[in-house]
Amino acid sequence: MNRFAELLDRLAYEPSRNNKLRLMIDYFRSTGDPERGWALAALTGGLSFPHAKAGLIRSLIAERTDPVLFELSYDYVGDLSETVALMWPAKQAHIATARTQQDGEEEDKLTLTDVVETLARLGKAQLPQQLARWLDALEETGRWALIKLVTGGLRVGVSAQLAKAAVATLGDKDVHDVEVIWPALAPPYRELFAWLEGRADKPVSGDPAPFRPPMLAHALDDADLATLNPADFMAEWKWDGIRVQAVAGGESTPDGRLVARLYSRTGEEISKSFPDLLEALRLPGAIDGELLIMRDRRVQTFNVLQQRLNRKTVTAKLMAEFPAHLRAYDLLADGDEDLRERPFAERRARLERFVARLDDERIDLSPLVPFSSWDELTAARKNPAAAGAGSDAAAIEGVMLKARGALYLPGRPKGLWWKWKRDPFIIDAVLMYAQRGHGKRSSYYSDYTFGVWTKGEDGDELVPVGKAYFGFTDEELLQIDRFVRRNTIERFGPVREIVHEADRGLVLEVAFEGLQRSSRHKSGLAMRFPRINRLRWDKPPGQADRLDRLETLLARIEQGHLQGQIA
Amino acid sequence: MIRPEDILVPSPSGVCCKRGGFHIDPTRPVERAIITHAHSDHARAGHGAVLATPETLDLMRLRYGENFAGAVQALAYGESVSLAGAKITLHPAGHILGSAQVAVEVDGLRVVASGDYKNADPTADPTCAPFELVRCDLFIIEATFALPVFRHGEPVAEIGKLLHSLVLFPERAHLVGAYSIGKAQRLIALLRSAGYDAPIYLHGAMEKITSYYAERGVALGELALARGATKANLEGTITICPPSALSDLWTRRFPDPVAAFASGWMRVRARARQQGVALPLVISDHADWDGLTSTIAATGAGEIWVTHGQEDALIHWCATRGLKARPLDIVGYGDEEGEEGNEDAS
Repeated sequence: MNRFAELLDRLAYEPSRNNKLRLMIDYFRSTGDPERGWALAALTGGLSFPHAKAGLIRSLIAERTDPVLFELSYDYVGDLSETVALMWPAKQAHIATARTQQDGEEEDKLTLTDVVETLARLGKAQLPQQLARWLDALEETGRWALIKLVTGGLRVGVSAQLAKAAVATLGDKDVHDVEVIWPALAPPYRELFAWLEGRADKPVSGDPAPFRPPMLAHALDDADLATLNPADFMAEWKWDGIRVQAVAGGESTPDGRLVARLYSRTGEEISKSFPDLLEALRLPGAIDGELLIMRDRRVQTFNVLQQRLNRKTVTAKLMAEFPAHLRAYDLLADGDEDLRERPFAERRARLERFVARLDDERIDLSPLVPFSSWDELTAARKNPAAAGAGSDAAAIEGVMLKARGALYLPGRPKGLWWKWKRDPFIIDAVLMYAQRGHGKRSSYYSDYTFGVWTKGEDGDELVPVGKAYFGFTDEELLQIDRFVRRNTIERFGPVREIVHEADRGLVLEVAFEGLQRSSRHKSGLAMRFPRINRLRWDKPPGQADRLDRLETLLARIEQGHLQGQIA
Repeated sequence: MIRPEDILVPSPSGVCCKRGGFHIDPTRPVERAIITHAHSDHARAGHGAVLATPETLDLMRLRYGENFAGAVQALAYGESVSLAGAKITLHPAGHILGSAQVAVEVDGLRVVASGDYKNADPTADPTCAPFELVRCDLFIIEATFALPVFRHGEPVAEIGKLLHSLVLFPERAHLVGAYSIGKAQRLIALLRSAGYDAPIYLHGAMEKITSYYAERGVALGELALARGATKANLEGTITICPPSALSDLWTRRFPDPVAAFASGWMRVRARARQQGVALPLVISDHADWDGLTSTIAATGAGEIWVTHGQEDALIHWCATRGLKARPLDIVGYGDEEGEEGNEDAS
């Protein structure tokens, strides 16, 4: 338990993805079975202990500590698990400066495996006493990890995919190789580690509805376009939803149902959140497509989709208000037949027949965008509404180019699939506050809050409209950092207020993908993916944009009329 | 019958002994001051006369220059002087080199001001004399870590974390933020006792004080200044620096630095995260909750005054034990770190 606790502790503080990977690889290499397998299950969200709730932890600590001291401590620390872990009364032996040998051994003996196996067979009534015994035996970090583990939600900044990537490294494999067989595996994953360490064959997926690693596209810029032949490519709209894989297979049940699953693009199963869509998967096969919200045969914007995502419970009301829809653009399997080795043009034809056979209004085809020259496609990308997208145009964020002959290859192979996003919206805003970054950037002021002008009580004033921390080059970062240090007017902890007057300050050209209303921001607006596009050293802050311009833009977006740059 | 208040009274600038005409760790210049230890929030320049241990006086000289006070008087641990009938004795506080508790006795009544102290296992700090318990009637105690969430644990385990990280990330520099007086030298000594014998690099601000510790016989091994090293030289090394330097331009000379910070505050995750620390090391020169409460009980004092920190919790604890306790609102004590915020220093 201590090694696992140390790993979680270190992961929680480490900002860099690459270093998180190294920490996990080190752990998986130096820890045996089944301990590391349970750790992998915990990191990929594969463990849950329904009886252990925060309330139980609270009552355990209440029995052991003075309520006034607990409240003062909780107030100071701000996190329940952490407060309990820290103030859990140590045994007398721990208070004495030298801990006895025996104590140390007892602590080391408790493994994550013990915890998982014990909890699996323990009834609800015995749980409090068992938890208390463990908490007695562990030190602070161990207690913190135990409480996080049993109450669910490790929150150490590690996605399931990152943990899978770490184990894949043990056998010099790609994360996709692990993702493919993942549904066939169960904790503590002995056969997975055995395969990765060269001690056994690759585990075989027996899942009737397995996930297949997705093929991803490269971003296209105008220079690439000149090197490509339009006749080799087909185009589709790039939908602003979430990429999913919808798979059905296996023996059908007496009422005609197959095993059906919905996966995110990283292979996480999200079936539970979309029961309304699962019902529509009545034919065996695997569709690659975009999850959208459809109302009155019209695709809704990503803002609407967001209201359906990340809900704990899916109610009938939620499903009626936000009906899930699958817009299909590829077919990876038709029945038992694997189509990934076929060229795209052939898969597309198979997909069209497959969707027609499904004949369900919740699943439709993503239409092809006809074009014969790049100029024609450029025009379509600029104005999707006029190029056949009609009222769905507000949910389009560009076009996708797919080589007719492209096989379906996992990962991001070169030159076959291209995403060509519509041009971002651009405004000129004024730098107002700067904050230090994290990790490698901790000595740089790299997070910027910027604002635009609006009428205030005493004439024009700047109102913050967003925050950006990327988009600039390393050289530009140095320049802004220098500017921030020389033009600070006030400091609030790690944040600096920067001079921002009509004739003094720095204008940032900010690019962003969309706008929505937000009550969290003083301006009433929130931007999607804002980033620093250019530094406008030449422009006096007084000439930066005004809030009216953003409001007009938002109104037009909401009416679904807008594509491309603000005129 | 004499009462504790007849010996010492709290004032906004520190505890004051009217009879002896002196303040303890005054936060404003006064005529006579007794200084418990050399951290800048306790030891200020500009007093008329200063009484302290010889080590504290040396450290103040290093920090403020020769003329930091009108006159100075050194008093070794265990020795006493009398000021207008008040007998003053200094006892080791175990906080840093030269740190002392101040015992003031008048007519058989003894008051002890702990200053900053720690009563850890003596092997946990090879750089200073261990804390000595002094029985007393009134105990004036610091409360920096006076919440039951603060239990510092064993520094050996924290040093182990740092050494493990060096193995894991052999191409990265490890920067360890530590207060310049005391913590920095203690860390070096702890690394040496854990068997780490590579050169340890120092931020320029630590140079003078660290040399002084070495002169006093604290075994610190081979030290070098980070200033003179190339980026490639610094791969896989440990550099000790003031905490404020961790987020400073100064860090850019290091290869992909790992930010560590050695402090009792590192026990609380939010504190570590706020400061952008990736490797928190819970190593403190203050008593933790168990250390504070066990000292109170062991002094036998019937009355407790609590200064700087989390007074509420300790006062509540005293009340549950039937002890008379009150907070002293002295402005100006805080983190040792406070004075070290020299941003662009190299």
